[in-house]
Amino acid sequence: MGYTLVYTQVLEFFPYLIRGALISLQIAILAFFGGMFFGLIFATIRTFGNKLMNNLVIWYVTFFTNTPQLVQIYFLFFALPEFGILLSPFVAVLVGMTLNAAAYLCEIQRAGFLSIRQNELDAAKTLNFTLTQQVKYVILPHIMKVLFPPLSNHYIIMTLGTSMAAIFGVEELTGRAFNINSETFRSVEIFSLTALVYISITFIATFLLALIGRYFFKAKMRIIQ
Amino acid sequence: MSQIEIKSLNAYYDKLHVLKDINLNVEKGEILSLIGPSGSGKSSLLKMLVGLLKPKSGDVMLNNKQVNYSNNSDLRLIREQIAIVFQQYNLFQNMNVLKNVCIAPTKIQKRDQKQVEEQAINLLEKVGLKDKLKSYPDELSGGQQQRVAIARALCLNPEILLLDEVTSALDPELVQEVLDSVRLLASEGMTMLIVSHEMSFVKEVSSRVVFMDNGSIIEINDPKIIFENPKEKRTLDFVSKILKD
Amino acid sequence: MERLIEEIPSFFTIWNLIFLGKAMGVTFLLTAIGCFVGFSLGGLLAIFRKTKSISLLPLRFLIVIYTEIFRRIPFLISLLLIFYIFMILKISDNLFLIAIITVCLIATAYIGEIIRSGIESINQTQWDAAEAMNFSYFQILKEVIFPQAWKVILPPAFSFFIMFIKDTALASQIGVMELTFAAKILNNKGFSPLLSFGTILILYFILSFPLDRFGKYMEKRLVTNRN
Repeated sequence: MGYTLVYTQVLEFFPYLIRGALISLQIAILAFFGGMFFGLIFATIRTFGNKLMNNLVIWYVTFFTNTPQLVQIYFLFFALPEFGILLSPFVAVLVGMTLNAAAYLCEIQRAGFLSIRQNELDAAKTLNFTLTQQVKYVILPHIMKVLFPPLSNHYIIMTLGTSMAAIFGVEELTGRAFNINSETFRSVEIFSLTALVYISITFIATFLLALIGRYFFKAKMRIIQ
Repeated sequence: MSQIEIKSLNAYYDKLHVLKDINLNVEKGEILSLIGPSGSGKSSLLKMLVGLLKPKSGDVMLNNKQVNYSNNSDLRLIREQIAIVFQQYNLFQNMNVLKNVCIAPTKIQKRDQKQVEEQAINLLEKVGLKDKLKSYPDELSGGQQQRVAIARALCLNPEILLLDEVTSALDPELVQEVLDSVRLLASEGMTMLIVSHEMSFVKEVSSRVVFMDNGSIIEINDPKIIFENPKEKRTLDFVSKILKD
Repeated sequence: MERLIEEIPSFFTIWNLIFLGKAMGVTFLLTAIGCFVGFSLGGLLAIFRKTKSISLLPLRFLIVIYTEIFRRIPFLISLLLIFYIFMILKISDNLFLIAIITVCLIATAYIGEIIRSGIESINQTQWDAAEAMNFSYFQILKEVIFPQAWKVILPPAFSFFIMFIKDTALASQIGVMELTFAAKILNNKGFSPLLSFGTILILYFILSFPLDRFGKYMEKRLVTNRN
């Protein structure tokens, strides 16, 4: 390659790259909502469940938050076949990311539950709110406001985390960058362009999330600075 | 020749016009109180004097010398002559009372350590806190903290002292002890600019009272006149509302 | 299952254990050096980013750009970029060096933000009071702000350190002999993936968990200290 950067050779692959970004987003969103679902169940168990269930969840969360997501996926992809469970790369990544997300999102949501202040509930009770009304007008809005920033932040982290799918052959953004690299060998150009795409999608995501947060959940979030 | 002369001063906080065409003279040794509703610019005026808010236009003269707030050495000079006490969070939380009072005179003014300590202990005794020398701010009540802050400001040997709503953040029972300390200073002849909501105190110690509203000076007069027979309608509105409470 | 149990003695040989131990050391070194440099340089970034003078505006701008870039790119992409830049400019072909540089660049961006947050958590009046007493910007940071901010900075910085241990797993992709790469090697050698990756998961856990507990303990101590 020498010292000259030739972006033109790489720009023709740009649409292909962008479609890869859509797949990255797909993985991130699926894994995020999957993680939210299970995380919510786990958080509920942790807050209201019996001792045994509570401990099981604690072990699960401790395990998944103290080991790397990459190795968790490696395990799913390479070790499960020993038990006859064969997962495609896409599914392995998705399952791995979901299981990982469930652990972190459990903790985030649990913190949200714990943030309910007793005097808010007391105030609602004295105003004769029924339980449903308490939940709808006091508890839920408060929890949403508290949870929105950390959840948004974790979503961004997951979006960046989808790049490890490329290691397993999934053709999301990074995966496609690998493909273009092996065709054109313009490594610096390709990966800097990919970096730019990641920066763009995270900026767009941060911006949209900040808007949603501000208007729907009254959660004030910054974009930069 | 007034000690402070402010002419046609304008200042902005971002896009907000917080000080509008301010004209004010402060005589040496006088106690000038600034009253007015929230957002009227009283605190902004004090902050401007000590260089925390840069004026957009207008002149400030200190002891007949023009002050250029954009010039660093001018800034250093006025800060050696004017000391300020804020509404809260004055004291450095990571230092005990004695260090709080001594640090600027020793580290910044480069005065002799022993001499500074002596003066510090003296001042702290005056405000009634001699037994709290080694205490940390979070071990003190709000009133005690403010009294230390006043001692700290005085240890800088300023010519002019600015007090920016120093009792507004305090629980009511702690207000008096701080006002007592200020009253003590007032009797010693130091030039002071006081922003306060404590109207009876203002009436008692001030030589003149300035009423500000919406960034402008509305009226400057004798405390008796301001509170009993003000010239301007806006002053009357404010004063009657405040005194009713 | 029986095959697995048969494999265990040939897996846990002294050679393998030393091999894994070294790999664990590399993982830890990458994390520790990255965080140490990240703390030092990140601190500098935070200090200069909070300056107010017009003459330093270009520097502040560069710091913001740098921070945003390295916080918005996946670890893998940063690593590959540095890797290829080094390869093409023939700077070095030392994989560990490339990984260390990448790790330092990323940690600087993240820890810089943590330190900046810590500085911003200190009430503005502390700055104003010191400035009005003629403290210089750096004097205020040294005498007033940092002595208070470190308590706010330490817990998230330590959290980051623990999280970073897991991020270094990606260095395996350029062939650095850290834990994940070691697992791949063992797997390729013919050992059961269950054993290889399973053991590595446990080793990461052994690295991370005690630090995590210590971090929580430290955070509790700091909170009670503050009150």
